[in-house]
Amino acid sequence: MSLFNLFNVAGSAMTAQSQRLNVVASNLANADSATSVDGQPYRAKQVVFSATPVGDGSAQGVNVTAVVEDNSPMKMVYDPTHPMANAQGYVAMPNVNVVDEMVNMISASRAYQNNVEVMNTSKTLLLKTLTIGQ
Amino acid sequence: MINRLDEALRFQQTALSLRAGRQELLASNIANADTPNYKARDVNFASALQNALGGTVAALPVAQTSPLHLQGNAGQNILGAPVMYRKPVQPSADGNTVDMDVERAQFADNALRYEASVKFVSDELKEIQTAIQG
Repeated sequence: MSLFNLFNVAGSAMTAQSQRLNVVASNLANADSATSVDGQPYRAKQVVFSATPVGDGSAQGVNVTAVVEDNSPMKMVYDPTHPMANAQGYVAMPNVNVVDEMVNMISASRAYQNNVEVMNTSKTLLLKTLTIGQ
Repeated sequence: MINRLDEALRFQQTALSLRAGRQELLASNIANADTPNYKARDVNFASALQNALGGTVAALPVAQTSPLHLQGNAGQNILGAPVMYRKPVQPSADGNTVDMDVERAQFADNALRYEASVKFVSDELKEIQTAIQG
């Protein structure tokens, strides 16, 4: 139990949130990628957060346990001239929901800012603690 | 004499330790604002301080003779004060009970009170020094 644990807690949360932001960026960038290295359309990805004990256990940081792919069906777009079109003229486009991703992005960015604030406050407190007796 | 000095500083020292522990819990809550099924935690500061000053410790764990037995201890604690779950006001669909407004407010409040305790300790030390040096 020490104020130094706060840095680990806020730091782990910042790492997790930035990873989430990375995944959002990847989803938004590939919102129209009809094909990928395995020949399939791009699938939206999501991070899975889990609480993980830091230090002696009363503090809980955040850990990204997995990056999972969204298994919802692909968006079928009618475009017979597209080289990836099937016999009916439909192209399978990525199942990225741009609105969801934008919401995710703002949520991740706000959570990141909150943790930066926590870290700044902890730093102030530790510096104040060092002035005891001066 | 050393005993008296120790006694004079004991209250603020205990308060500071508790504040630091609580700050850790609140930072964990902020860090895990997006973790599914995470439950926000806090301690009752007033009773925790009373217990810590009175020397009351957390219940000892019950002896287990079978792995099926319940653990029987009070769970996590800070200086003997049990860590409790916050009563959710607006729990989210993923089972998370962190209310960012409450946590941020408590975090700022706790940080300010920590700084106040630091100031009190410093002032007490100054008083002692004045008494010694005249």
